[in-house]
Amino acid sequence: MDPKMEPRHTIAIWVDNTPGVLSRVTGLFSGRGFNIESLCVAETMDPEVSRITIVSTGDEQITEQIIKQLHKLINIIKVVDLSELEHVEREMVLVRVKAEDKSRAEVLRIADIFRCRVVDVSASTYTLEITGNHDKIRAVLDLLKNHGIQEVARTGTLAIQRSKKE
Amino acid sequence: MKLTGAQILMKCLEREGVKHIFGYPGGVVLDIYDELARTPSIRHILVRHEQAAVHAADGYARASAQVGVALVTSGPGATNTVTGIASAYLDSIPIVVFTGQVPTGLIGNDAFQEVDIVGITRPCTKHNYLVKDVKDLARTIHEAFHIARSGRPGPVLVDLPKDVSQGSTAPKFPEVVKIKSYNPTYHANPRQVARALDMILRAQRPVLYTGGGIVLSDSSEDLYKFATSLQIPVTSTLMGLGGFPGDHPLWMGMLGMHGTYCANMAVSQADVLIAVGARFDDRVTGKLSEFAPHAKIVHIDIDPSSISKNVQVDIPIVGDCKDTLGQLNELLKDKPVRDWTELRRPWLDTVNGWSATHPLTYVWDDKVIKPQFVVEKLYELTQGEAYITTEVGQNQMWAAQFYKFRHPRRLMTSGGLGVMGYGLPAAMGVQMAKPDACVIDIAGDGSIQMNIQELITVVDNDLPVKIAILNNSFLGMVRQWQQLFYDRRYSATPMTAPDFVKLAEAYGAVGLRATKPEEVEPVIREALNTRRPVIMDFKVEPEECVMPMVPAGKAMHEMLLA
Repeated sequence: MDPKMEPRHTIAIWVDNTPGVLSRVTGLFSGRGFNIESLCVAETMDPEVSRITIVSTGDEQITEQIIKQLHKLINIIKVVDLSELEHVEREMVLVRVKAEDKSRAEVLRIADIFRCRVVDVSASTYTLEITGNHDKIRAVLDLLKNHGIQEVARTGTLAIQRSKKE
Repeated sequence: MKLTGAQILMKCLEREGVKHIFGYPGGVVLDIYDELARTPSIRHILVRHEQAAVHAADGYARASAQVGVALVTSGPGATNTVTGIASAYLDSIPIVVFTGQVPTGLIGNDAFQEVDIVGITRPCTKHNYLVKDVKDLARTIHEAFHIARSGRPGPVLVDLPKDVSQGSTAPKFPEVVKIKSYNPTYHANPRQVARALDMILRAQRPVLYTGGGIVLSDSSEDLYKFATSLQIPVTSTLMGLGGFPGDHPLWMGMLGMHGTYCANMAVSQADVLIAVGARFDDRVTGKLSEFAPHAKIVHIDIDPSSISKNVQVDIPIVGDCKDTLGQLNELLKDKPVRDWTELRRPWLDTVNGWSATHPLTYVWDDKVIKPQFVVEKLYELTQGEAYITTEVGQNQMWAAQFYKFRHPRRLMTSGGLGVMGYGLPAAMGVQMAKPDACVIDIAGDGSIQMNIQELITVVDNDLPVKIAILNNSFLGMVRQWQQLFYDRRYSATPMTAPDFVKLAEAYGAVGLRATKPEEVEPVIREALNTRRPVIMDFKVEPEECVMPMVPAGKAMHEMLLA
């Protein structure tokens, strides 16, 4: 981790699936000056409940405030700081990278090493699908950067708590 | 039986016990106003600006401990309420604001008088609703009142599109509200309370620092019992004034930027600070790193997000002030009896020494009226029993310093947001809630002009509100900062005011003026004996400062004393 960076926290939020809830959550972050590094939202198995995963940066006190302030919103059912728990994180990235004559094989090799899938090919590019945690994604993108990245689309981090060991 | 949305709204208001609504009609609330005229149990007070409707509802709520209600139209009607809502939010005042909205089919089309008021007020309401279906109306209104008054209270806005008030359904009125994601914690964790009490009992120099939570939870008697049993000196925030009797020997006065020397020194020297229903606002703490540097801190608050927000506390207790103080008082009964008067003597001698050497004071002048003198006289001549509202600035601070509030819910002031123009409409609300009470707005010549139009509302409704203007021909508090920190460059603070006596008369109120100290008492007496709205125009010393003062960002013991 970059020493200058404040610690990252992955926070899972269960909310009523009603209009305006997302704007209440993001409004809280912007209004109180909290950072959002990434944000994902989708319905849960219960269509009345959505799950938001937010990655935020900040020290302990800021994170504590974020969680308390989130709890205070009426439509918020549950908030969990997954960083405090054993958990799994994944992010998916689609990246279109230049791959011409000399570099075509090298790009494929990188894709292979990091278990990326090639989802689209053209004469001068590959589009790769990369799935992994924050560190892996950064490692792949750093390597691909040398070959020329044309476009990136990222989902943002998703996370889930690990099941309790028997 | 089918009812229209407007009829359902009236039924819901009746069920919530609403007797008074402050409002202003308009295009999209015509159906609601039509129904209101046929609902004799609810009295509507027509204000002259929507901001005033919300402040009036706020004042009504504070004085009566009921939820205050405002009703306005869409667009500008709705945006005009924002200042009032934000003020109620920062002071945790339970109000419900109903705004009209364009018909659901037009929402998002930039229709005439359309504004996204739910979006605009999201950060300054406790919660808000846009009702899109008349079938949801009864439940939504019930939820709105429940949310406004429970937990840490606050404003709730309900946006009502015209087709929802016109539409009809056979409503179900729910008896109980269940919101699965909203369960405020009233009952404090007994183990935390016991830990806190142990710490308090071991303290040599304890201080109680109380806030608006004492007033809102009606726990001033519990506080009194706790403070007097253990002989702990008490200070409070602006919002907490009246929560502990202002003429009691344990009372140290308000703390913070314009707090007493005694209160600020006591907090700076305390070894245990017990914060009850207060939120460590910057106007209270001054420089955070030097706030209560020797103290272990116990913080009791119903809102967990208030705890350790600005100051790290040692024993956090999430719960209602009344419940928690009740538990503390119960636990005390089982503790060995000790002579607290004797044990506390060294600390109380120190505290009393501070208040004796540096009391709240001002320099008397034979020729010019001192504003503090006016407030002192108001206190004396009302025997401290009046309901006081204030505007914001010097008038507010002098009211807080020199009117000794003996009961809770007697001071209505825009503490958090600091709204100039709050006092007069709030006084209307208080007078509606307490028709026989003496209600006085302590105002400045600047602030009073921000909602002066409400004089006609007061006259119209025969509300005998008294307005005491401390008229210094300046925006006094800003001028004070310019004097102290900007080398007396009075940029945009000298201010011309109208002739308030003539103005009062033009509105049909009574106007009185005092220009010399000896005229102050006769003017106040005459006003108090008049069963009509009165403006008292006190021409006071123009360059008087509110003292003591902790300059912004300084530590509490670094007070300017004069």
